[in-house]
Amino acid sequence: MGLELYLDLLSQPCRSIYIFARSNNIPFEFKHVELFKDSVLGKKPAAASSAEQPRTGPSNSEGASKISLLKKVPALKDGDFTLAECTAILLYLSRKYNTPDHWYPSDIQKRAQVDEYLSWHHANIRANAPKTMWIKVLIPLFTGQPLPSEKLQEVMEGLAASLKQFEERFLQDKAFIIGNEISLADLVAIVELMQPVGVGCDVFEDRPRLMQWRRRVEEAVGKELFFQAHEMILNIKELSNIQIDPQLKEHLAPMLMKMLK
Amino acid sequence: MGLELYLDLLSQPCRALYIFARTNNIPFEFKHVELMKGEWWRRGEPPRNPPGAPRGVLGAGKVNMLMKVPALKDGSFTLAESIAILLYLARKFKTPDHWYPADLQKRAKVDEYLSWQHVNIRGKGSKLFLTKVLLPLLTGQPLSPEKLEGVTEELNVVLKQFEEKFLQDKPFIVGNEISLADLVALVELMQPVGAGYNLFEERPKLAEWRSRVEEAVGKQLCQEAHEGILNAKNLTADKIAPELLEHFKHQLLKQSS
Repeated sequence: MGLELYLDLLSQPCRSIYIFARSNNIPFEFKHVELFKDSVLGKKPAAASSAEQPRTGPSNSEGASKISLLKKVPALKDGDFTLAECTAILLYLSRKYNTPDHWYPSDIQKRAQVDEYLSWHHANIRANAPKTMWIKVLIPLFTGQPLPSEKLQEVMEGLAASLKQFEERFLQDKAFIIGNEISLADLVAIVELMQPVGVGCDVFEDRPRLMQWRRRVEEAVGKELFFQAHEMILNIKELSNIQIDPQLKEHLAPMLMKMLK
Repeated sequence: MGLELYLDLLSQPCRALYIFARTNNIPFEFKHVELMKGEWWRRGEPPRNPPGAPRGVLGAGKVNMLMKVPALKDGSFTLAESIAILLYLARKFKTPDHWYPADLQKRAKVDEYLSWQHVNIRGKGSKLFLTKVLLPLLTGQPLSPEKLEGVTEELNVVLKQFEEKFLQDKPFIVGNEISLADLVALVELMQPVGAGYNLFEERPKLAEWRSRVEEAVGKQLCQEAHEGILNAKNLTADKIAPELLEHFKHQLLKQSS
């Protein structure tokens, strides 16, 4: 039994792992987790060991916040070793499969700059970009309430602030975040920024520098792979046809309503 | 000019760096940044060089004044983000293996915790400190009991996850020896303690783990690093730069919702 990656390509961290593994020809078994179906319907993708393995079954519902729903994926299973958290998985794969140096340079200063971005990313881009999907798609879907426009405005402002910092502090006038070659930093950033694009908030539209960077990242990983990974999110309207498990809906609705306030 | 670390020990990530550098006898110049005095803010930029230097986050929707620190300056190389700095120091000064084990799987477990903790332990612990100490201090408005209850509950949830998923029955997060994961966890957990929420009180497993971590880095060093935060209640508005008070009133109110 080889490497297994539990992924739902609607999820940004899953996409970065998928693209990274495919781009580097890392052999793995794609274990498809459909967040809106499997999380309550009893598929058990990974062995319990530590941290955030994708547990399923009714116990998930207890006190599960929206965050734990999303964090059922990504997950890695390598023999009896299990691992969660996108950054940890990307680093593990890069080390185990000795991927090209530019992904996570051995030069300690360049490496530190990748670490710096990966750390900053959590509370900034990753804190803001996903909210667009919650506000525009998921909340109306789950609660039956219409899209709250002031809330979306607020979210877009927060995201704009993060994007400004991203451009001025991290990208600047370089080809990629840490210089001339793509690294894990660029990959982690791009998948996150595609989320708002998928729901109709095109963050690249009035940002030419960002758009050029995006093109470079697409080229570097392979355009075909990039678009394959993003097919689901770019066709998010299909989501409204998804049968969401009623238990899940019932469970999440109060929490989501709270988000609206 | 050697290594400089810009720190304010009221900040959790700064404490992790301080303790890590001191316990490993890494030579550095302690550049004391007093967040509450506001000089860094008046100058309009953090205490390090561009290019690539972290710009101010003022007016950027979500204000986090703790993001001015920590910062590292090593010759002309500057770096922010405590995790990045910890790893840089571990590599540059070749600290003992247990801090960031060479074993692929153990290392991955450290990475896993360091990643998870951002929005969980760090996120909720900071929120409690903000709600209980900073907001009333900076805005002069009284603390709302329901709000406090809410943020305490959120913290309790992640504490449970910490104990059940990360610590479990092990002496440390990644096995038998202290690693960066434990250090980062401890300094974050001390923030709510500084705010008056003694989360170790009814959690014996956590309390034992805390003792082990303190022993491993040195009790005295740990105490020294935490002196400021454990006296956080003594922070009064007059100790804070007035422009800072004015500016953050608005921002923090927004952030706390």
